[in-house]
Amino acid sequence: MSEHGTNELRLEHHDDGVDRRGFLKCMAWAGTGAFFLMEGGVLKSYSLGRMPRLEAPSAGGLSFVQISDSHMGFNKAANPDVVGTLRAAIDKINALPARPEFMLHTGDISHLSRPEEFDTVDQILKSASPTDVFFVPGEHDVLDDDGRQYLDRYGKGTKGGGWYSFDAKGVHFIGLVNVLNLKAGGLGTLGPEQLAWLQDDVKHLKHSTPIVVFAHIPLWSVYPQWGWGTEDSAQALAALKKFGSVSVLNGHIHQTMQKVEGHVTFHTAASTAFPQPQPGTADSPGPMKVPADRLKQVLGITDVTYLRGTHPLAIVDSSLA
Amino acid sequence: MKSKASTYVFLGAAIALSCLARAAAVTVSAQPAPAAREIKIDNFTFGPSELTVAVGSTVMWANRDDIPHTVVSTDKAFKSKVLDTDEKFSFTFSTRGTFPYFCSIHPKMTGKVVVQ
Repeated sequence: MSEHGTNELRLEHHDDGVDRRGFLKCMAWAGTGAFFLMEGGVLKSYSLGRMPRLEAPSAGGLSFVQISDSHMGFNKAANPDVVGTLRAAIDKINALPARPEFMLHTGDISHLSRPEEFDTVDQILKSASPTDVFFVPGEHDVLDDDGRQYLDRYGKGTKGGGWYSFDAKGVHFIGLVNVLNLKAGGLGTLGPEQLAWLQDDVKHLKHSTPIVVFAHIPLWSVYPQWGWGTEDSAQALAALKKFGSVSVLNGHIHQTMQKVEGHVTFHTAASTAFPQPQPGTADSPGPMKVPADRLKQVLGITDVTYLRGTHPLAIVDSSLA
Repeated sequence: MKSKASTYVFLGAAIALSCLARAAAVTVSAQPAPAAREIKIDNFTFGPSELTVAVGSTVMWANRDDIPHTVVSTDKAFKSKVLDTDEKFSFTFSTRGTFPYFCSIHPKMTGKVVVQ
């Protein structure tokens, strides 16, 4: 607690020519989280930047929020204040017209798997209006210990490497882990044990049950050249073939994307910490640095998030080449 | 234990080389001398992605990225802790062979060290 307070104080006084309020405002363009409404098996997603336009869900509807990639501990130029931007995301969640049922965190909670990084995120999330938070790990949360610390903290009641499922208002949620045992040259991996569990987990469900799958690395091929995909995701999706409504929520790529493939809708959430470039538009997927002069330009355009939100987010694989 | 073993091999190689030097100096000068070599981790890439060194050489990886990486041998010969920005990892190669490795956080990042 005290260490967290000290850290915050230091960040508040960090002088890099851009004031903290301005920086947070600017970070809004990168997106801070996503709000979801599930009504009649249809999942609608909204950037948290568009919240004032939303109305409360109808009776029987389910609303929840997804945040991702808080990378607590990251302190480089792309965002020297990941505490502040996570707080800003939570403020937006708390300002929603109706309290979401719960929150999903799709991984990279920490930057270096350090205990104090997890502690800081846990502390900040306590101020969020939804009291329940469901996690899946990102690769930054399982460094050096194959995820043992992650399981100690967040793995209660989970199976294997931390996968699990739960039901809310008739919707079946499945949290998958695809960041363990990664192989040289490969992508995210679910592994045979988890895939067998998944088959078994959904066996008893009616075809009409809406399914929401969440995992850190995208379960679709966003850009395999940068490792943005999961080796055996096709097998997971095959296990969900019988269901009429399947929504897949991921993080990892630090930008929002959506894609519809048959009965499956794919979404990726923005990071609360720093943006990453669009697939193939840079030499590497490293943190996107926005120079101070451009930061100031962006500061004047407060509706950037809104304008971006009106463009179709869907992408097609062929445009990624 | 590991470092001791590699020291013995290094000494062995040095003795062998000095013997060879007396017998055939030309052959020896064609061999790369054991030395410290550096591989830079930059832009999610190991550079150079393939490095050839002499037995007994120490290779050092330095992370120049804003993102942490690891250096993990595919056949478990060596494994670094996570390397944050500007952190380094070194390994001394005491046996000949080809050592493929990758970043276990970003497995698309691969490289190899050839030890002659």
